[in-house]
Amino acid sequence: MNILTGNDLKTGDVIWWTGSDWSRHVEDAVDVGDNYEAILHKEEAASRVNSPYAISAEATEDGPRPAHIKDRVRALGPTVRPDLTLKPADPDAGNWVI
Amino acid sequence: MTDILRYRDDDAPMEPVVTISSFSEQNNSSAVLIEAGDDARDLLPYLDRLQLVVIDFPRFRDGRGYSSARILREAGYTGEIRAVGDVLVDQIWHMRRCGFDSFAPNSPLDPKVVEESLSRYEYVYQSAADDAVPIWKLRHE
Amino acid sequence: MYQYDKYDQAMVNARVEEFRDQANRRIAGELTEDQFKPLRLKNGLYLQLHAYMLRVAIPYGTLNSRQTRMLASIARKYDRGYGHFTTRQNIQYNWIKLEQAADILAELATVEMHAIQTSGESIRNVSADQYAGAAADEIIDPRPYAELIRQATSFHPEFSYMPRKFKIAVIASDEDRAAMRSHDLGFKLIRNEKGELGFEVYVGGGMGRTPFISPLIRDFLPVDHMFSYTEAVLRVWNRWARRDNIHKQRVKILVHEWGAEKFAERVEAEWQEILPNASDIPHKELERIAAYFAPPAFDENATDEIDLSDPDFKIWVEQNIKQHKQPGYAIVNISLKPAQGIPGDASADQIDLLADLAEQYSFDELRVTHAQNIVFPHVKKSDLYALWQKLDAAGLAPANIDLISDIIACPGLDYCSLANARSIPVAQKIAERFSDPEGQRDLGELKLKISGCINACGHHHVGHIGILGVDRKGTENYQLLLGGSGAEDASLAKITGPGFDENGIVDAVETTITKYRELREDGERFLDTYRRVGMAPFKEALYD
Repeated sequence: MNILTGNDLKTGDVIWWTGSDWSRHVEDAVDVGDNYEAILHKEEAASRVNSPYAISAEATEDGPRPAHIKDRVRALGPTVRPDLTLKPADPDAGNWVI
Repeated sequence: MTDILRYRDDDAPMEPVVTISSFSEQNNSSAVLIEAGDDARDLLPYLDRLQLVVIDFPRFRDGRGYSSARILREAGYTGEIRAVGDVLVDQIWHMRRCGFDSFAPNSPLDPKVVEESLSRYEYVYQSAADDAVPIWKLRHE
Repeated sequence: MYQYDKYDQAMVNARVEEFRDQANRRIAGELTEDQFKPLRLKNGLYLQLHAYMLRVAIPYGTLNSRQTRMLASIARKYDRGYGHFTTRQNIQYNWIKLEQAADILAELATVEMHAIQTSGESIRNVSADQYAGAAADEIIDPRPYAELIRQATSFHPEFSYMPRKFKIAVIASDEDRAAMRSHDLGFKLIRNEKGELGFEVYVGGGMGRTPFISPLIRDFLPVDHMFSYTEAVLRVWNRWARRDNIHKQRVKILVHEWGAEKFAERVEAEWQEILPNASDIPHKELERIAAYFAPPAFDENATDEIDLSDPDFKIWVEQNIKQHKQPGYAIVNISLKPAQGIPGDASADQIDLLADLAEQYSFDELRVTHAQNIVFPHVKKSDLYALWQKLDAAGLAPANIDLISDIIACPGLDYCSLANARSIPVAQKIAERFSDPEGQRDLGELKLKISGCINACGHHHVGHIGILGVDRKGTENYQLLLGGSGAEDASLAKITGPGFDENGIVDAVETTITKYRELREDGERFLDTYRRVGMAPFKEALYD
């Protein structure tokens, strides 16, 4: 699947396209298929996202899992500082990245 | 919005602008175009008859034109130096300091924004092609 | 250290307002990201893997306690409670919001700090020897010259849109403690036969995907011509840099393609054209700057004795303390490489403590080194024990300077969108494998450097042992390199062979160390043994 990501313009937070909005959680990302250019243009032009692009991900029972490790680090946070990730209380969160 | 922003009192030359290579072959042109890869020093023998040097910026990140302008001013050229191409308003201050006195970029400039950015910095650290007094000089006056 | 006058302050203040205006225009949608990006990079603001990242300039690594406290405050107020000290003596914050960036710059300006030209295709932070003003072997403090060229290359109208970044370093001793030969432009202060002060000038060093040790371009440049000559170098590079390929635009490529001799001739010719412009900064201005770097009021009667009866203290002294030129004083290295820590990271509390301790024990001055550690340059020997106790209580006293666990590591894939692999976990695993303190001291000086990608911010090319993270079909893979040096005996490390996975690279380092132990002769560091026996024995041990 393809999912869309970018950064929040003002805060820099990593965000994911939910189909109607942008969420900070990759679990909320939707498969946009192959025709997503229009979404990217529209959302960026309206400043609802900064520098958006598509990445590939696989569908899992926990939600989309980005195909590339870099995108997984981006989705969760630094593996070496679990306290700074989106799931500080989850000891297995790092495994999802690696 | 304005198409040419000009900081000279004299009239803008109406001569057609020729490239550096045709310029040196011809005898009567007084307006020449410097591309980013050209050597401004090729014009040094002809400074007396030049009224307008147009310097092109193919991409705003390509800074070769700044050196071209400054080299011409260092050699004593007092005619017009015009920046054309991909020129952003945030670059005008530096360009003025390098000796540019007119601007005709691809995207028209808002004179009000230009004025704000030109008056942003009261001081300069180094001498250049303008007559701004560098800070080191002010410190020891 | 240097203090701003009204002119310096005015420049920085104007820059803050300029950036505030640019950021507001971006947030309002009046600037696209493409237009805004070079503007924010001129103020050290990246859009990075997790958020915006801000790189604050620490000129030649020098800070006073007031500035250090501001860095801690920014970490707390605007970031997530810590900062990262970099291989160019700067500090980085990883969790910055664009809407607050101008406020951060405004606060920095109140303590004479900024983020000007710390990223993008700019003339970057000027580096200098971290022992400047304290080292016994320097001929003069290099920092006034670093400050002079810093000012002269700030907001330079001709050179603000260069082909690529440009890094300058200034040293004043035969020992190169600032990796000067890995900079685009390096100045080494010397005296000629007449005793006149001047520079050896080196151009064309760099890391990245094509590393080079810079060649000597001019064997003596009178100090008063530092700026005009720099303009000549920049102008030649600006004119002739290859613009066809972003990976070929650094000045090192030009120097390498032309050869040092031709490059020197072109610069000399350009310099002769520039000299009549009288752009050089007059000597009285250099003297004005130098007055800020006068030695502190040393106690001439300070004792040269250190009571080493506490064995842990003794080890720390032996490993981390360097000789000061003033009797009774010492240079203190503070390691930011604790076991299980993150190389170069310091919490806001630790940064505050460093400020307090520097104020109390080091004439209110501390330095950041390119090895991502801290230096207190002027500590009385009689104060060392008390200082050590306070550092130790805060986890700031690992006695591992220049040992294998004193690893230089870039932030890597945990933080950086350019990275191919994570570097910090590898650093932690290696430090863990070699955690035994006696074992480390037995190994001796071993500079291990890790980069998470080919951009080489971890300086792996000049590691005695270097590690490069690569992407191998979507998984992290690590190449091992041996024999680099960033000191005056500069050399580039060579790759051993095929790469390893994360556990494999730690084993490979251990294999390499074991072979070194086997082969070493009396007094040889790893680097010396490698240079004597070559790659073959190590390659054999690793791959056969």
